[in-house]
Amino acid sequence: MTTETLAPIRLRRPNAVQIVLRCLGYLRPYWAYSAAAYLLLMLNNGVSFVQPLIIRDVVDRGIRGGDLVAIQKGTLILLGLTLIKGGFTFLYGRWTEIASQNVAYDLRNAIHEKLQSLSFSYHDRAETGQLLTRAISDVDRVRFLTGRALVSLSQLLVLVLGIAVCLMTMHLRLALLTMTVVPFLVLAALNFGRQYRPLFRAIQQQVSNLTTRLEQNLRGARVVAAFAQEQAEIQRLNEENAGLLGLNLLAGRMRALFLPLLSFLGSVGTVFVLLYGGQLAIRGDLTIGELVAFIAYVSQLLVPTRRLGLIISAVAQASASGTRIFEILDTQSEVEDLPGARPLEGVRGEVRFENVSFSYFGRHQVLRDITFQARPGEVVALLGATGSGKSSVISLIPRFYDPTAGRILIDGNDIRDVTINSLRDRIGIVLQDTTLFVGTVRENISFGRPDASEAEIVAAARAACAHEFIVEMPDQYDTRVGERGVTLSGGQKQRIAIARAILKNPRVLILDDATSSVDTATEALIQQALANLMKGRTSFVIAQRLSTIRQADQVLVLHKGRIVGHGVRTEGQTAHEQLLRTSGLYAEIYYRQLRPQEDASSREVGV
Amino acid sequence: MGINIGGSTRFGGPGYLLESLGSHDERGRVSGRVLLRLTRFLRPYWPQIALAVVLMLISAGAGLLAPYLTKVALDTNIASGDTSGLVVTALWLVGALTLSYLASAGQSYVLSWLGQRVLATLRSQLFRHLQDLSVAYHDDHIVGITLSRVVNDVDVINDLLSQGLVGILNDSTLLVGTVGVMLAMEPRLALLTFSVLPLMVLATAVFSRRARVAYRETREKIGAVVGDMAGNLDGMRVIQAFAQERLTQDRFESVNRANRDANVDAMSLSFMFMPTVDILGVLATCIVLWGGGVMVAGGAVTIGVVVAFMSYVNRFFEPVRELSQIYTTLQAATAGGERVLELLDRQPRVQDRPGAGPIPEIEGRIELQDVSFWYNPGQEVLHEVSLTIHPGETVALVGPTGAGKTSIANLVARFYDVNAGAVLVDGYDVREVTRESLHRQMGLVPQEPFLFAGTIADNIRFGRPQAGWEEMVAAARLANVDEFIQELPDGYQTRVLEGSVNLSVGQRQLICIARALLVDPRILIMDEATSSVDTVTEALIQQALVRLLRGRTALIIAHRLSTVRNADRIYVIDEGRIVDQGTHEALLARGGLYRSLYEQQFIRPDSQGDG
Repeated sequence: MTTETLAPIRLRRPNAVQIVLRCLGYLRPYWAYSAAAYLLLMLNNGVSFVQPLIIRDVVDRGIRGGDLVAIQKGTLILLGLTLIKGGFTFLYGRWTEIASQNVAYDLRNAIHEKLQSLSFSYHDRAETGQLLTRAISDVDRVRFLTGRALVSLSQLLVLVLGIAVCLMTMHLRLALLTMTVVPFLVLAALNFGRQYRPLFRAIQQQVSNLTTRLEQNLRGARVVAAFAQEQAEIQRLNEENAGLLGLNLLAGRMRALFLPLLSFLGSVGTVFVLLYGGQLAIRGDLTIGELVAFIAYVSQLLVPTRRLGLIISAVAQASASGTRIFEILDTQSEVEDLPGARPLEGVRGEVRFENVSFSYFGRHQVLRDITFQARPGEVVALLGATGSGKSSVISLIPRFYDPTAGRILIDGNDIRDVTINSLRDRIGIVLQDTTLFVGTVRENISFGRPDASEAEIVAAARAACAHEFIVEMPDQYDTRVGERGVTLSGGQKQRIAIARAILKNPRVLILDDATSSVDTATEALIQQALANLMKGRTSFVIAQRLSTIRQADQVLVLHKGRIVGHGVRTEGQTAHEQLLRTSGLYAEIYYRQLRPQEDASSREVGV
Repeated sequence: MGINIGGSTRFGGPGYLLESLGSHDERGRVSGRVLLRLTRFLRPYWPQIALAVVLMLISAGAGLLAPYLTKVALDTNIASGDTSGLVVTALWLVGALTLSYLASAGQSYVLSWLGQRVLATLRSQLFRHLQDLSVAYHDDHIVGITLSRVVNDVDVINDLLSQGLVGILNDSTLLVGTVGVMLAMEPRLALLTFSVLPLMVLATAVFSRRARVAYRETREKIGAVVGDMAGNLDGMRVIQAFAQERLTQDRFESVNRANRDANVDAMSLSFMFMPTVDILGVLATCIVLWGGGVMVAGGAVTIGVVVAFMSYVNRFFEPVRELSQIYTTLQAATAGGERVLELLDRQPRVQDRPGAGPIPEIEGRIELQDVSFWYNPGQEVLHEVSLTIHPGETVALVGPTGAGKTSIANLVARFYDVNAGAVLVDGYDVREVTRESLHRQMGLVPQEPFLFAGTIADNIRFGRPQAGWEEMVAAARLANVDEFIQELPDGYQTRVLEGSVNLSVGQRQLICIARALLVDPRILIMDEATSSVDTVTEALIQQALVRLLRGRTALIIAHRLSTVRNADRIYVIDEGRIVDQGTHEALLARGGLYRSLYEQQFIRPDSQGDG
């Protein structure tokens, strides 16, 4: 099963027609709007058919016959009809727009919902810029297809059919002759669409490439400047720029050749009418008025024909965009609720890993055969070098990823048998790198429990040692943070994140005990807050400090994805002491790094 | 490969000013000044533009011929029963149509050719300018906004160039041509037809005023959709960890709904305008029929004239309608163009002086002489700071947050220029030499270990792309990161993902050290990372740092105990002044701010040590 890749290599890509049909399928809930709009469209087209007839009448009877009353009557009817047509145009335009804007609305909601359901392994690889482009501009292209493009297309079809019928009833042979251009039009349009679609896709892709490159350049501005790489960067950016220019020129040439061609083919019809119809008129088989009406009909086709070019490119673009959108919507999450998953209830907090292995992106083995058990309320410290697998162990508990082998049990339940939401509801996570959302402090604290009362929020903030600094801010709990708001220091963000976790009151806690470099007072506050948080909960701590390791009930020493040392607190000794005797690697870490640092520090402080 | 919740990579600096997010400075007016300046980008392409105009005239002229030829066919050929004349006229018609096609294809091609070239030039200018703008600009601006200028706003200018200006030219020519032909053919009927024009002008004025408001509304609403979604993507890990998908989905849907409604409203306006134009068009046709009828009856004009006139009326209203659509495009283009121009107009805060030469090979002596500096006038952050670093020395800066440590590093790296005093390297004022020559001999290890999307190899070789493979591996080995990289599935060719999520903070720090080692700089500026890494990695970093510092002049904003202990000298900075200096031991013995900072920043209650 290939899952969660942005651009999976599929053996068979759905073709353009399938994509377009699927886009149109999103119109289904709004069929009433569409149906009413098309009904009005038909009526409008009916009016369009009548108009030349009236004009013919005015010309033949009024102007040729010198009957001014007929002219008066004719023009008034013409104006009246146009007014009605105008009303219809407004209504069907609005209804079409409502339907297609709803398609965009639904698609964006679906994309947003899908992205929320995709697991971390998807988001690890997805690029924000790419996702946003798809949710905004690609959706807009599909909206255009389901709205005005489709209307124009059906309008065109009905118009062509209607005019064909009218022409045929007027004069069959002349009509058939005029219609010979239609197959050429269709052929040209299809051919253009076939070539334009892949080109448009390539352009969208190149825009994304350019955006990503530039974003990296801007984010790394300091590094670029410090390493004097401005020229090299400009050159790299210009390479992407040149690539985009090349594609755009190609697209420009295609459009330049194709779009006027449609008008040309349409006009050729007029020449046929004039040439053959003229002879008919000379022979007396056709009145001049009929010929004028004939020409009027044919020239009614000219403007929509010109629009056909735009429709064709819109369809080609929409099907390219649809492909990009459906790539997201069709991605299967690697982590999903099993059918029949039940909510996890009344958690005590016993966590057991049974022979868990995990490989990242299906190829890079990160964890091998991890087995251990944490009893309710225990503190488990994880220790190991960078890349040893500590973060992977803790990422598996809330099912940010699923193990590739083995299983994880909470209170004896395999976590894959319970719903993800209920599982994550019982788990709190605080890491040193914290994200706050744009919004007020209150909203950020109550993020996990939007229904929390004011008293609960304040209590959580107090327990997180955050209340004091919050009340000192201009609007206290209503102070806006993030963009256009107050900038918080690392230590403050961390305490808000702790308050967020405390308010959630989880049974199982995942955290790292590190604090970003802050002054001692803040440091002590954060440690106090973390201690408050851990009280009575099963806690998994990525340990950076000796104090944590000493207090832990269990210490896991990880090396290259395996547990190489496992210390457990007993009556007589701490986990740390046990490990010193049993684990060579731990002893090495302790004697070479932990203790020398400890000694040095104590000596200097003069303890 | 961690959870790395959040993980936004941002650099420190004097705060992020959130000016010009784009929504509030979006002006609805069409500014002639901006349009004029944008057209200046077209200047190098005047021959192509001339060609396009000629082709356009040909195409329009040939297009205008068609109704006239139809009239000839009806009035002259058919009326007189002249079959061979009819064939000749038809051939002329085919010729005119073909000419019109070729000319309009040619015109369209030339215009898209030059439009795309102008855009590429504009983008390229922006790239160059953004590199010149120096770190000062990037400290103050949100990346996403700058990006949107280069990508979206430039695209809007494309609309202006390819549809707007050309469209105006095209439509006005058509309009003038049509008016001319009508006047020439039958002035009285023509003037009669034009009597609907005042109504047309009125309708357009009313519509465009309301459209401007509605259009601005849609821009703001879609901006909100983008903002909400971007924020949620950024915090996706937190959303999932707290199982708050429902809440955020609801919030997104309400923003999304507002966008939908604003769009329906705006489009409804234009669905009111289109029929209005149609009605006026039919009104004009009626006038032609009516007036024409009277004239035909009076024998003043032929039927052919009336028929041709009706065709011209159609041709007349089409460009009128298009012109009012273009007006909307112009509104957007003006707003976008204004933002792009504003970016191009921004003067780099740090520039090479005219005639500045490269600094010779650096020995490594750094002096600050009575340096005063501010980011914003009136908020001085450094007051007459003087310090000297001898070649090969390692100097640590220590002080509370906001004391001015980063500012000193910024000045030595010449990311900013002093407001008073001077920064000297080997006795050269850094403002008198080119930045490039200075940076070539300088290395930087930033606080946030920033890596570019690309392979690990690209990242290590960033400062010296021409370095050989062995050299690169040697640098990685010195930085203690070779072993780890070798274990990755693709080794040095492993791609760094966006936000470097596939690498831990410690690994990133090591790669940044390898990057600095490879350029072998004379002067090293390091802002030590504040985020903690595990003890094992910390030891690797310490060892790598020792190798990096050996034999170079180094200025370090210190957060690690080992750094201050090993530094040759420590400057204690407080409130923009140097308040003390000396070795670690001497400063400790003296007590004062250093001692209390030391106890605050470097000693943890459990005395484990560094962070």
